[in-house]
Amino acid sequence: MESRGTRLALATWAALVTAFLWVPLLLILVYAFNESNIQSWPIPGFTTRWFRAAWHDQEVRDALWLSVRAGLIATGAALVLGSAAAFAIARFRFFGRESVSFLLVLPIALPGIITGMALNSFFVFNHMSLSLWTIVIGHATFCVVIVYNNVLARLRRSSPSLLEASADLGADGWQTFRFVVWPILSTALVAGGLLAFALSFDEVVVTYFTAGAQNTLPLLILGYIRLGQRLPEVNAIAFAVIVLTVVPVALAQRLMRDTGVLRRGAANVTEAVESSQITAV
Amino acid sequence: MARGADTPAVRLLGIRRAYGNVVAIAGIDLDIAEGEFFTLLGPSGSGKTTTLRVIAGFERPDAGRVELQGVDVTRTAPSERAVNTVFQDYALFPHMTVLENVEYGLRVKGVPRRERRERALEVLERVRLPGLGSRKPTQLSGGQRQRVALARAIVNGPPVLLLDEPLGALDLKLRQEMQVFLKELQRELGITFVYVTHDQEEALTMSDRLAVFNEGRIEQVGAPAEVYEHPRSEFVAGFVGVSNVLERGGRRFTIRPEKIHMVEEEATLPSGHEIEAGRVRDVVYVGMVTRYVVELDAGGELAVVVQNLETSSQEALEARGKRVRLGWRPEHTFEITPHKEESEQ
Repeated sequence: MESRGTRLALATWAALVTAFLWVPLLLILVYAFNESNIQSWPIPGFTTRWFRAAWHDQEVRDALWLSVRAGLIATGAALVLGSAAAFAIARFRFFGRESVSFLLVLPIALPGIITGMALNSFFVFNHMSLSLWTIVIGHATFCVVIVYNNVLARLRRSSPSLLEASADLGADGWQTFRFVVWPILSTALVAGGLLAFALSFDEVVVTYFTAGAQNTLPLLILGYIRLGQRLPEVNAIAFAVIVLTVVPVALAQRLMRDTGVLRRGAANVTEAVESSQITAV
Repeated sequence: MARGADTPAVRLLGIRRAYGNVVAIAGIDLDIAEGEFFTLLGPSGSGKTTTLRVIAGFERPDAGRVELQGVDVTRTAPSERAVNTVFQDYALFPHMTVLENVEYGLRVKGVPRRERRERALEVLERVRLPGLGSRKPTQLSGGQRQRVALARAIVNGPPVLLLDEPLGALDLKLRQEMQVFLKELQRELGITFVYVTHDQEEALTMSDRLAVFNEGRIEQVGAPAEVYEHPRSEFVAGFVGVSNVLERGGRRFTIRPEKIHMVEEEATLPSGHEIEAGRVRDVVYVGMVTRYVVELDAGGELAVVVQNLETSSQEALEARGKRVRLGWRPEHTFEITPHKEESEQ
């Protein structure tokens, strides 16, 4: 057991780190309601007009819509490809299995700028014009990994004899899927999907190289800030984005926790660590 | 279908199964009678679990035939076979409650909700788990999970129940309780149990008959007393009990450690005993009995078990290094045929 002093020091340190992470975000949340368009402390007054302005801004609306579409399509593709890959890796032994696993996870470790650059040259080389679809492809590179990791973790900690037990008790393939496989996997898929969407939604680097002339919401914000334009509006958008991102991620964490799967104590920690590592990257 | 009284519940004919170069089952013939508690005993990797999986249908044999109640099921899917399995890791569905787990087999067969609920509750009572139906498997202890797995299998009323090392994960006391319970249950249900274990004591206490597996083959099939007292091979002698093999005058034989009398060097032994002298090499005091290992002057060594009727642990342990005489009755020795593979070569 650590002493009182150590515990106090640790608690203080933890509080400081948390503050370091959250104070800038809170500042933006506060500035989103700033009456003046100059950022000064304390804010002179309270208003919601920047939210209205952002909401009625056609540029912002287009960017938001593009981000949502790209996020949804990339997530959809990731759900199909990621879970298929996880099944193959978890259930079958085949030549090159380890390498495939490595290649799948690599894009997330690779700096986004490399992925973006490589994709960009690939598209240009093949005379593909940059569009929604090139953004989707770019985002899919890391969304697939997230779904893959979540589903793989779930498969690894659910015993393969569950399927045998189901068959043994008289279930056909479809019944086994409906009553056993799907309920066990669904929360991992939903959690993976939510995380993938959240990542896609605020991705800048890869998008920058694959978006062409159009702006996703993060690119739009980047542009505004670089030019020093419409800063209060940006704060309002940031507020919305934070809320939109926090909710699915929190939900995803909850879903991964609440499923009563055997050996759950240990497994949850690894899964949570895995997901948080992914989010950190 | 024609089903005589002596149609075996399970019949295996010339079963072989290999994984690449690894031979799991190297040719097995086996009849398991209706209503029998039959144990597949062997060390890990001996093919006993694979054999069970062949009966369940999870493994398809490379060669041979599987019959259940006289019907060839070699190519029948597990879901269509009239057997149910208790898995080693229980394989309870983690997202279902205990009751839902037990109901599962009835549910997929389309038994109406009320009837299956009734039957599930009845079976839960039978395995002494009343009132736990709404729990999730993670909220149960190992022993309770084991009973749920049992209930989930027997609720379907299978004529044959397969049990794959079901007590392996339980502690000793619980395991002994469950051994008694399983035996009772089998008698009550009157169905065939095919039981896989590597624990020879478990096999001896529970089975009507047992088959000793070694390297993908069956070395011996018989009632526990028969296999214990008359092991047919050196492997069986060693695996079922303690290997006490001696070679005297070209004759190889075993003798069970509790059949040997041990006295001090000058003392006499009853007449009619074969007598040899030796020195105590090792002493293990195990509560009710003491185990001695005696090095014989004529070569070889024997394990001797003596009940601690009047011996204290102190006296027992002091016997180390002492000269002793061993005696046994010739009819308690059992001749061993050379190992199968040696005879084949």
